Amino acid sequence: MGALRAADGFSVSRESVAVEVKDLHAFYGRQEALKGVTMMLPANAVTAIIGPSGCGKSTFIRCLNRMHEEVEGASVQGAVIIGEANIYAPGVDPVEVRRRVGMVFQRPNPFPHLSVFENVAAGLRLNGMHSRSEIADRVEEALRLAALWDEVRDRLSAPGTSLSGGQQQRLCIARAIALQPQVLLMDEPASALDPVATSRIEELAVSLKSVYTIVIVTHNMQQAARIADKTAFFWLGELVEFDDTDTIFTLPKDKRTEDYVRGRMG
Amino acid sequence: MSAVQPTLRRRHLRLGDPIFFGFCALFGAVILAVVIAILISLISGSWEALKNLGLSFFTGSDWAPLEGRMGAWPMLYGTLVSSLIGMVIAVPVSLGIAIFLVEWAPHWLREPIGFLVELLAAIPSIIFGMWGMLVLAPLLQQHTEPWLADHLGFLPIFSGPVLAGTGLLTAGLILALMVIPIVTSIARDAMRAVPVSQREAALALGATRWESVRLAILPYARSGIFGGIILGLGRALGETMAVALVIGTTPQVKASLFQPAYTMSSVIANEFSEATTDLYRSALMEIGLGLFVVTLLVNVVARVLLRSVNHRAPAGTTT
Amino acid sequence: MNAERRPRGHVGARRRRDKTMLVLCILAVIVAVVPLLFILGYTIVKGLPALDLRFFMMDQPPAGASGGGLRNAIVGTLFTLVIALVFGVPTGILAGTFASEFGKPKLAESLRFVNDVLAGVPSIVIGLAVYGIVVASMGHYSGLAGGIALGMLMIPTVTTTTHEMMKLVPDALREGALALGAPRWRMITSIVFPSALRGILTGIMLAVARVIGETAPLLFTSFGNTHLTFNITQPMDALPLRIFIFVASPYNRWQTLAWGGALFLVVIVLILNIVARLLGRKRARD
Repeated sequence: MGALRAADGFSVSRESVAVEVKDLHAFYGRQEALKGVTMMLPANAVTAIIGPSGCGKSTFIRCLNRMHEEVEGASVQGAVIIGEANIYAPGVDPVEVRRRVGMVFQRPNPFPHLSVFENVAAGLRLNGMHSRSEIADRVEEALRLAALWDEVRDRLSAPGTSLSGGQQQRLCIARAIALQPQVLLMDEPASALDPVATSRIEELAVSLKSVYTIVIVTHNMQQAARIADKTAFFWLGELVEFDDTDTIFTLPKDKRTEDYVRGRMG
Repeated sequence: MSAVQPTLRRRHLRLGDPIFFGFCALFGAVILAVVIAILISLISGSWEALKNLGLSFFTGSDWAPLEGRMGAWPMLYGTLVSSLIGMVIAVPVSLGIAIFLVEWAPHWLREPIGFLVELLAAIPSIIFGMWGMLVLAPLLQQHTEPWLADHLGFLPIFSGPVLAGTGLLTAGLILALMVIPIVTSIARDAMRAVPVSQREAALALGATRWESVRLAILPYARSGIFGGIILGLGRALGETMAVALVIGTTPQVKASLFQPAYTMSSVIANEFSEATTDLYRSALMEIGLGLFVVTLLVNVVARVLLRSVNHRAPAGTTT
Repeated sequence: MNAERRPRGHVGARRRRDKTMLVLCILAVIVAVVPLLFILGYTIVKGLPALDLRFFMMDQPPAGASGGGLRNAIVGTLFTLVIALVFGVPTGILAGTFASEFGKPKLAESLRFVNDVLAGVPSIVIGLAVYGIVVASMGHYSGLAGGIALGMLMIPTVTTTTHEMMKLVPDALREGALALGAPRWRMITSIVFPSALRGILTGIMLAVARVIGETAPLLFTSFGNTHLTFNITQPMDALPLRIFIFVASPYNRWQTLAWGGALFLVVIVLILNIVARLLGRKRARD
């Protein structure tokens, strides 16, 4: 039974892994939204993706858990290697990829019909965890990691949507990390939040990098500067520059990066 | 002097609006008047029966109006059972179509299939009845019903004998076909209205398509879906011509679905213009009144469900 | 992650359920579409032989006789429809205008509610009620009564589409007209109506398609007439009524005519639906 449990996907090691992107192209129909991106996103670090709107940064992050292909007519070429496995290799099930690569979206999207508890447990149940105590443990652990436990411990059975916007977004983070993914993707997670809630999300991203490889898309350069170890600048579907965050913001090598971070375009 | 002119003009303009407003309001009131007129007409038409037969009218099971025995229970029973059969078949089929249209069907296929299903709603009910009588009933009589009687005959609803093929089962099947487009289109709209972010939330947790439907789409769209189901039920309860041709026109209450029966709407359609006594005619009016009240309640429930866009029921610990 | 530790078995079972559900959904589509095609095909095969010149030019034959057509029923349906349109369309459009342009939210909401109630009344009940209101007071069945019954059935569709189409007209257009000093009624008739016209026409077509095949509300209103008549105060025939009587008859020619009538109705309803759909789609694209 124990071995079978392992096969159910709950004993995947919790060490975080690097993400290697090789010549990644993404399309919407014939339109090429990503034009050959190659980069190495390090483990246990926060990597920020910046760039003007329409530059492909959201498309890029959605390629890392195979969400891009959910859009009708969308397709992907190239390789994304997470740990040792290429998630675009033939025969790889996107469902399995998404279990190992968590994602948080622009706007908090808890399930309105589920309680706080059940929102976090949703992914666990989906992936075949049935033991009540096991689920309760994992939910608590995820809520603690998401710095939400103290605020919701007394209202676990309240609807997820009864929380404030910032709490809802942390609930969504808890929902994602309850599955103990190896990589956590955040697509402008604070764009709909007020400054206080934003700073809590930022703190959370920094604290979670000890456990996860974190990729965060942001349109807010200060945010990238505050929390990211590495920063990548995208422009018109291309990766223009990728370096330590300090370097990107102080000594960019590319003229376009410099113009962007100095606020001269986009 | 210059001040007089604008005042005059404004007075003139002010008259235009109230007149137009009053005109529109009048016709708005016509709708209310029509509904009230329907109700009054039904009540006054059934007054004789209400007075003489009372409420036991709907519990009495003997329908022999020419001998003065008027119990409408067989019709009520036939209406309820045939509609129930229709809904039991139509609801899963409609949800299946709606899920397919919203979740799985490629874009180029969505409109043609949606159109075909809507066509089902456009076909006049008399044609469903003709087809049911001449094609479906013989088909059921010769193939489906004997098979059901052989294999599931131990269930009272499928017990023999197989008769003419007209009866509750046939009526239920025809009703299912007629209700499917209603439930489908409302369920589809409700599911389309679910924010993309909900679907993505489920998929990002590693849900398969179907699991995202179960986890995110159906719960979010549930009040719309229920509204559609109940609206479909309202349609089934009131449907007349299609049922009249396949129900078998026999006022009896039998467990077997192969047996002929009668419904409230079809007894009115078949007997009203031949009703010779005042009481008989009035009794049919009362059946109409009953039908009106039932469909009214059903439709109000459906509309309330469809209006309540916000549905944040405290979920507690659902599994 | 190591490919060999990919939890195949579990995800495999979930994938199979996913595929099963897809197959079931496709099956549901088939369950609905096959009878539709079956019904359409059957109607065409049975009805096509009847659709010749006689069908349109001659009145119904006596029982058991051959020849004849359904002219009396076609003309009757036409007259009944015109009465229904005269009664139903202005009511629907003006009530819809009221709900969209004048209604305080509560008033508009109540009107929509009453309208929805009317939409849910079974057509046979409408027939009964009109019998009580019109036929009983006139003392006999009449085409007029049938037209009124069909008109009542049309009102909800016309009201709803008018309301919805006028709601789609951008407020900027309204404000532009009002800013020029136009009174509301001018603004509505010269700006809002024309912009919503195509949508309202769509609604009228769908309303006609809905009532043209209605039998139940005519049974004890226009009642039917074996002879051609243009007098709307007398009993009048209608296609669905004639079909209902003929299809259950033992006479060959009558049955053929019934299916011819059915096909004729289906074709009209199809055309109305397709045209309404095309009009509606153009609107959406504009």
